[in-house]
Amino acid sequence: MSAKTDVKNYTGFRTLTFVCLFILYAPLVVVTIYSFNASPSITVWEGFSLRWYGDVFTGPESGKFKAAAINSFSIALIAATLATIIATSAATAIVRGGIFKTRTLSLGLISLPLMVPEIVLAVATLIFFNAVGFTRGYMTILVAHIAFCIPFAYLPIQARMQGIEDTYEQAAMDLYATKAQAFRRVLLPLMMPGIISGFLLAFIVSLDDFIITNFVKGAGVETLPTAIFGSVKQGLKPNIMAISTMLLALSIVMVTLSYFVSKTDNTK
Amino acid sequence: MSDETQIAVDVRDAVKRYGDFTALQRISLGIRDNEFFTLLGPSGCGKTTLLRMIAGFEDVTEGAIFLYGEEIEDLPPHQRPVNTVFQNYALFPHMTVTENVSFGLEMRGASKADARTRAGEMLELVQLTQFAARKPSQLSGGQQQRVALARALAPSPKVLLLDEPLSALDLKLRKAMQIELKHIQRETGITFIFVTHDQEEALTMSDRIAVMSAGEMQQLGDPRDIYETPRNMFVADFIGDTNLLDVSVEAISDGRATCKLSGGHRLTCDAVDGVNAGAKVHLSVRPERLFLSDQPTAAESLQGTVVENIFIGTDISTIVDVPGGQHFTVRTSNSDRGNKRILDPGTTAYVNMEPGAARLLVD
Amino acid sequence: MAGGAATGGSAAADTYKSARHWLLLPSWLVLVLVVLAPVCMMLIYSFLTKEFRGGVIWEPTLAAYDQFFFDRGLFGDDPPKIEWTYITIFWRSIWQAGLATILSLIIGFPTAYFIATRPERTRALWVFLVTIPYWVNLLIRTVSMKFLLRDQGPMNDFLISTGLIDDPLRIVNTNLAVQLGLFYSYLPFMVLPIYASVERYNFAMSEAAADLYATKWTTLRRIVLPAVKPGVIAGCILVFVPSLGAFLAPDLLGGAKNFMIGSLIEEQFKGNAGNWPFGAAAAMVLLTMVLILLMIFARQQRRAEASP
Repeated sequence: MSAKTDVKNYTGFRTLTFVCLFILYAPLVVVTIYSFNASPSITVWEGFSLRWYGDVFTGPESGKFKAAAINSFSIALIAATLATIIATSAATAIVRGGIFKTRTLSLGLISLPLMVPEIVLAVATLIFFNAVGFTRGYMTILVAHIAFCIPFAYLPIQARMQGIEDTYEQAAMDLYATKAQAFRRVLLPLMMPGIISGFLLAFIVSLDDFIITNFVKGAGVETLPTAIFGSVKQGLKPNIMAISTMLLALSIVMVTLSYFVSKTDNTK
Repeated sequence: MSDETQIAVDVRDAVKRYGDFTALQRISLGIRDNEFFTLLGPSGCGKTTLLRMIAGFEDVTEGAIFLYGEEIEDLPPHQRPVNTVFQNYALFPHMTVTENVSFGLEMRGASKADARTRAGEMLELVQLTQFAARKPSQLSGGQQQRVALARALAPSPKVLLLDEPLSALDLKLRKAMQIELKHIQRETGITFIFVTHDQEEALTMSDRIAVMSAGEMQQLGDPRDIYETPRNMFVADFIGDTNLLDVSVEAISDGRATCKLSGGHRLTCDAVDGVNAGAKVHLSVRPERLFLSDQPTAAESLQGTVVENIFIGTDISTIVDVPGGQHFTVRTSNSDRGNKRILDPGTTAYVNMEPGAARLLVD
Repeated sequence: MAGGAATGGSAAADTYKSARHWLLLPSWLVLVLVVLAPVCMMLIYSFLTKEFRGGVIWEPTLAAYDQFFFDRGLFGDDPPKIEWTYITIFWRSIWQAGLATILSLIIGFPTAYFIATRPERTRALWVFLVTIPYWVNLLIRTVSMKFLLRDQGPMNDFLISTGLIDDPLRIVNTNLAVQLGLFYSYLPFMVLPIYASVERYNFAMSEAAADLYATKWTTLRRIVLPAVKPGVIAGCILVFVPSLGAFLAPDLLGGAKNFMIGSLIEEQFKGNAGNWPFGAAAAMVLLTMVLILLMIFARQQRRAEASP
């Protein structure tokens, strides 16, 4: 179609799209490149090296980062798992529970962590733990993470479930399956792509969180983002870029995974 | 039951309401054992609602449903020995054809091996043995339809419910499946309750038909009854083509009614309960029970003018105006062309009625 | 659709109707306890008396809000004047977030439009490309931005080496750096809702406009934009709201001069200088602003749905 007769396309929009993608990716690409810099200075390029990756695992700060990584991953795993279970259960009630009074209210409650600014949520959670007398530490981070991961796990699960016609469960029950059997044998397998997607997103969100964690963590308990932040506050160092690049790669792998899982349509 | 034939499904005064909306207004009907029974009506007439109430997917607002004498309306679907072929089949997409067909048997507690054996037999019945290991998505629409049928038949239900199962198929396949379904019904001896909005399909397949409209049953009878002696306007109009004539009943005697058309013509036909002298009602005459001639040749004969001849393949349809603003459509089979003359538009013609062709309608 | 689709299908699917309250219980429990109750608690804390090493004394007072809005002199006995310090910080935050939103709109709208007009096959891939950076750790993204924009960073190196500039552009620790950081943080939030709106837009309307002698830009302004307005508003809200309370971008890219609400609040809960009631009050003011915005937005969307 020639530009003259095409009423859809606007000249310049393509360019701006590439500008947009350039802005989004340029900082990440630059940091990735510099993470392979041989120089201890972050300003001079001295050639390719993996030394800073080695430094992350064996350098003077490796102990701190290892502990932070263990905290981050264990919290992300537990929080994402629990949030996914809670979200699946809530989605079943909201998508398959008919129309009821508390339905809209429940939806509002679930999306609350998305509407309240993160810093407000952080303050509120800190105050709450303080008021009920919880000692800040691993557990407080975990509880906070479970809560704000719920909407991220919920959205893909709900979207998936809405795409599954209820005739599947009806067919199962027509063929003598109880409601529980229909859920386990038919609905759950069909929802699986949404559930996996939701889990992965919750996992990333938990892994990425800085603000809330920063508020509710106790002294001495760090996750990767808080450890990185503490380090960056004292100046950008190449080992931080190596960690960042590894986390970046992990996020991209997980989102890509989630993308392809959500695209597999097992209802067709 | 006082009837000699056993009643399979007995619906008694069933009412279904959604809030203020009444989907089904006090339906009572008995579906006989081994019968191919059809619920026929346009979209939103309540036929699917009634089917889903029998299956257990809709609760019954008022009334009761009996299955071979057992009251079932409070049982959940998985405790009712009826199975459904869904409109879009609802085959489980994550299971193979065999797994789909054996699902119901497994849920009823059959061993996996037994369920597989029975599934194999069912697939043989619907001629899909070679597709047993496939996923539903790898089958054509017609094949999916057969899997859905096999799956519903596998647990040997007492009654099989079919919710517009053929509506997604193309015309040729649909015709073939109609015959096959009828065949399978006879072979298995299972009572079929079939829902459709396609009157031709209903007439072809059914032992008996219940015509429904606006949540009410309009007429119950075998296909011939329904077609030839429609009870009211709705049935006459919905089933097949017909000429509907405005008439006023002048007199009724000896079971015959004398009716006057708006143009002054008089016709006599069988009297019907509920239509009294003086009533302004409608008369239905099927177009194929009329024939044209240039001279009056039947007892009931009206003079008019040919307006148009329309060629429709097997037949020719001729539109004739008679005085008083009434149109008649007369259908002449193409194979009869030698015997019956096709008259050119503008010529005067007589519309002749076969004896018993005109039927008085209640409202 | 035939048969009961009009009746049986009108009700929402209700297979698990009988269990719905049990199924909702875990989410209610967690969200009420860990989100809703804490927000209420925060409201209460904002009316309590501060304790000097962080925390509160359970004595009700309006001191926090008084400190926020009024200046009573060093010893607290001068006649009250309006206290501009915090209002200025809030105003700067609104201004920064607003500029970041406008920047996102200028880049985000054409991007969303472009993606929505790609062939259906490749569209998902484009959307995916735009969303990936969002899922990368925000801290890492902000640090990366800082690294790129530094005075001796790769961007300045590149510009100097090409001879475009002689002295490095000093971007870090300016308002511009904060705006760029916010823009970078939340750009996908602008693109996605606009994309969703444009994708639903019926392009035959553009053809009809062109047929009736409208130029392409007139068509965009008079036909396309009104049709996709709900998406544009949603995008603006989704960028503006998190920008307003952002902490990382102002903290890492802005420096001390460009203090925003997020940093002000954070400061109250960290270290010994903290004032919890004041931090809670500032958070309440922020939350109130956001909720008002969201309510206006919800009304707008409802109106847009009511008159399609």
